[in-house]
Amino acid sequence: MTRAGGIRAAVIGGAAAALEIACHAGWIDPVSVIPPSQMVAGAYTLLASGEYYADILLTLENVGLALLVSLAFGFLGGLVLHRLPRLRQAIDPLLASYYAVPTFLFYPLFIVLFGLNRWPLVAIGFLFAVVAMMLNTLNGFDRVPVVLTKTARVMRLTRTQEIARVTLPACAPYIFTGVKLAIAYSFIGVIAGEFVLSGAGFGFKIAFAYNNFDNPTMYGLMLLLLLLVGSVNMLLYYWERRLYARQVRA
Amino acid sequence: MTAHARLQGITRTYPSVGAHPPVHALGPLDLELQQGEFFSVVGPSGCGKSTLFDVLAGLSTANSGTVEFEDKPVTGSVPDGIGVVFQEDASFPWLTVWDNAAFGLRRAGLPEREVAERVEHALSFMGLRSFARAYPAQLSGGMRQRVCIARTLVARPRLLLLDEPFGALDQQTRLLMGDEVLNLWRETGATVLLITHALDEAAMLSDRVGVMSARPGRFIDLVTTGWPKERDSTIVAEPDFGQVTARLWSLLRAESMKAIAGLP
Repeated sequence: MTRAGGIRAAVIGGAAAALEIACHAGWIDPVSVIPPSQMVAGAYTLLASGEYYADILLTLENVGLALLVSLAFGFLGGLVLHRLPRLRQAIDPLLASYYAVPTFLFYPLFIVLFGLNRWPLVAIGFLFAVVAMMLNTLNGFDRVPVVLTKTARVMRLTRTQEIARVTLPACAPYIFTGVKLAIAYSFIGVIAGEFVLSGAGFGFKIAFAYNNFDNPTMYGLMLLLLLLVGSVNMLLYYWERRLYARQVRA
Repeated sequence: MTAHARLQGITRTYPSVGAHPPVHALGPLDLELQQGEFFSVVGPSGCGKSTLFDVLAGLSTANSGTVEFEDKPVTGSVPDGIGVVFQEDASFPWLTVWDNAAFGLRRAGLPEREVAERVEHALSFMGLRSFARAYPAQLSGGMRQRVCIARTLVARPRLLLLDEPFGALDQQTRLLMGDEVLNLWRETGATVLLITHALDEAAMLSDRVGVMSARPGRFIDLVTTGWPKERDSTIVAEPDFGQVTARLWSLLRAESMKAIAGLP
């Protein structure tokens, strides 16, 4: 383990140990927060019972769908805006203020449009994620150095070769950032939607346990969710480092 | 010697943008590059050196006049046989030094064995063999520029166009890179056109130096240095070197003052 990794593990372990001690010493009301050891036990019981697999799977499917659609539309949108500067100029202010809009406002509209099924949640996850992907794709295309496209012309690449061999690799780090954000926003949109608007899924089960004062289940589910999202993020982080660490100018 | 590349009556005007009026950047301008010569272009800032470069390379089109390379017109695309090195770092950061050098050859569909031979030779020539597996980000600015030169060299250009390739480097590195470019020129037998703002660099490297006026750029004089083909950076210690540099400066001084004052 690296020194930074050791410090990171010590910080997380220390915080968990402090919470454990505070809970056992009675400094924290056990009705509000349970000790981390009981959270882990709760998570284990949930997994062992298999009772929540269908909900976890449903959430992952919804996140996956929201993510795929937002990646496709976000990439295409970024590309179109890059190629059409006038359109970009017109909608720039809208994009800049996009995340100030509370997206959940549109849930009733989505229910009318799609019905009471998974699609309103997918639509919310999509709305959360798509603009992050679009802005990062646009940023990536903007930042392709002119000298690299000139080099492609000097090497007499065709337009398709230029895009595949020069433009896309040059903007890939920015697009990758868009993908990372889109994954995070898809999770946030879908799970937050399930919290308040759904009758199934990870978020709904956490809210249900909360309403029934079932702390071991609620914290167990929260822990599982954190581990899942944290693992996805860590995987992306290491993949990104592998791909791009050697390309970053000192 | 015969004309390897020829520009006749070239003009270039950039159209107005918003409230800015059109900019007459270049010409009318004529130039003949002789087969195998080392020709440099110096001129005040904004005189159209880079415009001239782009027009000759086929990266930009002139408003009037003709460009010919090996007796064929250059129209809107870079002809086979022309190699270009830019001032900015044009190495591909996602590829290793080796893959950077091999990029153009692979795209052109050369057999992998020939690619390997040419890349091996170019990397050795540019002193990059031990860095073949490194990425550009792991190299200094001078070495990245060598990667770009190696990438151009593997294509065996017959006309090599260099747009201030050492502009971002320190003086010592520039002198040494100048030596390497002279070696490259002798080894390949290519015709070289170098755009530079450094008078000493132009004086040291060139057979002839074209001195450009302030915008719109035209050649106000062509200075022949008279150096032997076998030369290197030690030439800066020669009394004749001082005379060539002084002559270039005497031609350029008034033009540079015009450029600073923004006069036409």
